Amino acid sequence: MTHKLTIENLHVSVDDKPILRGVNLVLHEGETHALMGPNGSGKSTLGMAIMGHPKYEVNSGTIKLDDQDVLALSPDERARAGLFMAFQRPVAIPGVKMADFLRHSTTNVRNPNRQEGEDLIPMKEFRKELTDNMNKLEMDVQFARRYVNDGFSGGEMKRAEILQLAMLQPTFAILDETDSGLDADAVRLASESIAEIGRAKMGLLIITHHDKLLIHNPPEFTHVMLGGRIVETGGIELAEELHASGYERIRAAYPDAEAQNEAMSSSEVIS
Amino acid sequence: MTDTMTTADFNQAGFEAFLASRREPEWMLAERRQAWSQFSDMQWPGRRDEEWMRTDIRLFKLRQYHLAFDPLDALPSEIIPLLDSHITLGGHVHTVDGNCVSSAIAEQWTQQGVVFGSLDDLTEEHADRFQTTLLKGSYDRQVDRFAALHSSFWSGGQFLYVPRGVHITEPLHVLSALTDGAADLGHTLVVLEDGASATLLAETASEQEDSGGLHCGAVELIVGDGASLRYVNLQNWGSNVWHFAQQNAVLGREANLQWTSAAIGSRLAKVNQHVTLAGEGANSQVNGVLFTQGRQHLSYHTLQHHQAAHCSSDFLYKSALQDKSQTVWRGMIRVDEGAQRTDGYQRNDNLLLSNEARADSIPGLEIEADDVRCTHGSTSGMVDEELIYYAMCRGFTRKEATRLIVTGFFQQIFDRITIDSVRDALGLAIARRVRDYE
Ligand SMILES: Nc1ncnc2c1ncn2[C@@H]1O[C@H](COP(=O)(O)OP(=O)(O)O)[C@@H](O)[C@H]1O
Ligand SMILES: [Mg+2]
Repeated sequence: MTHKLTIENLHVSVDDKPILRGVNLVLHEGETHALMGPNGSGKSTLGMAIMGHPKYEVNSGTIKLDDQDVLALSPDERARAGLFMAFQRPVAIPGVKMADFLRHSTTNVRNPNRQEGEDLIPMKEFRKELTDNMNKLEMDVQFARRYVNDGFSGGEMKRAEILQLAMLQPTFAILDETDSGLDADAVRLASESIAEIGRAKMGLLIITHHDKLLIHNPPEFTHVMLGGRIVETGGIELAEELHASGYERIRAAYPDAEAQNEAMSSSEVIS
Repeated sequence: MTDTMTTADFNQAGFEAFLASRREPEWMLAERRQAWSQFSDMQWPGRRDEEWMRTDIRLFKLRQYHLAFDPLDALPSEIIPLLDSHITLGGHVHTVDGNCVSSAIAEQWTQQGVVFGSLDDLTEEHADRFQTTLLKGSYDRQVDRFAALHSSFWSGGQFLYVPRGVHITEPLHVLSALTDGAADLGHTLVVLEDGASATLLAETASEQEDSGGLHCGAVELIVGDGASLRYVNLQNWGSNVWHFAQQNAVLGREANLQWTSAAIGSRLAKVNQHVTLAGEGANSQVNGVLFTQGRQHLSYHTLQHHQAAHCSSDFLYKSALQDKSQTVWRGMIRVDEGAQRTDGYQRNDNLLLSNEARADSIPGLEIEADDVRCTHGSTSGMVDEELIYYAMCRGFTRKEATRLIVTGFFQQIFDRITIDSVRDALGLAIARRVRDYE
């Protein structure tokens, strides 16, 4: 069976402020989708809503993973069901070593029915897998001993997110600007690794402003978000157009969405 | 009154019966009588006393408790020590309700003059040694009525004496257990002669998690010149035990003290922890770990008293609080006039796991010397929901995520604890207590 993530007419607000206004999106396993759009258009909000951030309130619409109602699940249940997001801004967890965090996390995601307190995956196996993945990402082994995202540079944080993607092997992954804050070499490495990790059969939703990621991970579909809606969907050529010429054409073509985008961003300045 | 009494109340008749049961030199009995007369003249501390302002003991009734003279033969089976697993011990002392039920010390150490055992059992033989040390260091017999009570009725407890230059390489373990509703007025006395070293792991425990009782105790650590002591105390009384204690250390020249003080038990605790740096170049590190829940109230008053020059003291206290529990931490660095080149550090961080929990932090400095470096600080905050969410997105349940964050919060202290088994036991005891919060 090919897994399918279906988002229908999704309305999401934060602190009672409407952000997403009817998002429709269908992802199949093995597909790569690019999600583009100007700052503040609601791309990260979509990711947060898919993962179940408590602050992002779903006012109407549905998210389904195959026949399963994703909205009824807590974030950890979503992770165990095969959903993953690489955060645009990962948070630091002081005092918790990367390796310990990942071992527990990998155990839970691989054994969705694991009860608290049950055994973790064997240390030896886990270590080998972690080291292999870190080598591929050209990460120093020391990295595993550092505290999760604590004092990481922007680039290290993004790399750590990719490492988690590699370990957790989700069915669907949202990569929220996983290529920002990286220098050219790092972007190339990140792009190649994602291609390698995801090539297997993940469904990828790539949020990006750059083209490197998309060159290595050519999307079958490109979606443009503006004012909390997906206003246009096309193929790879749409991503190429937006990358070359920006959002002027889109903004002009969808004045209502553009007005809403402006309104959201201006209230952002005030708040 | 009959001569087969098995308990003593904390009143005049009980005191007389208690004295009659003791086999102690006259000076010791005289000191007890003096303390008892002070006790009789004093009032319980109240909310007007600065140290008790936030600590309400109106529900504490001394008459509900009495001292037991009839020891059990063994530890009740419910009591499971936490600090003695996975290590080879050099000796142990187990007490129940202030009475020793078992003690041992490896011959290797006794041959070198080490004395370790129940303080009661050693009173006669080592009376001379006690005359200059017991309740003599920085212990304040008159600071409040609890100190007077302890000075009158202290009993049970442990004594460790390490002669000059002797290094005890294996940790020693001390367990003070309390049956439900009982009283323990135990006294711990540790004397390290010059250049000696030892590790003492002390813990308290109750029969049940919700057991009651009274502990009015004292710890005195006397660390000689160039001596080195690692002392761990884990306060794990049942959740209805009243716990009052003075815990003091006096350090000689170039002495070293690493003191890990963890508190997870008791209904209400009022503890004064004083480290006196009496000899030049002495070094002390205190690692405080508090984890509270339910309606527990733990009040810790620490003093880093720099009497001599070139000493350092480094106190780090971290508390995590859940439910409606409360902690008070009042820390003071006092630097006497002659204590130049003092390096003093104190810090208290609090992690609130519930919005009904409350942590008060009152750091303070009193500095008479002019060439010192003293820093202090404190923080308090709720668990960051963004961290919980991040961990949940990686498959951690909310409870596992909270536990992870709490463990991470204490990691800085765990990293400073140099005894693996202690670190593991504390980590586990705390993790087990973290509840699910919505
Ligand atoms: N946690 C939040 N708190 C307040 N406002 C938010 C939050 N997350 C997103 N928003 C608002 O939602 C709008 C969309 O933001 P976001 O989804 O981050 O956009 P994008 O990722 O496309 O740049 C912005 O106006 C932003 O201020
Ligand atoms: Mg974003």
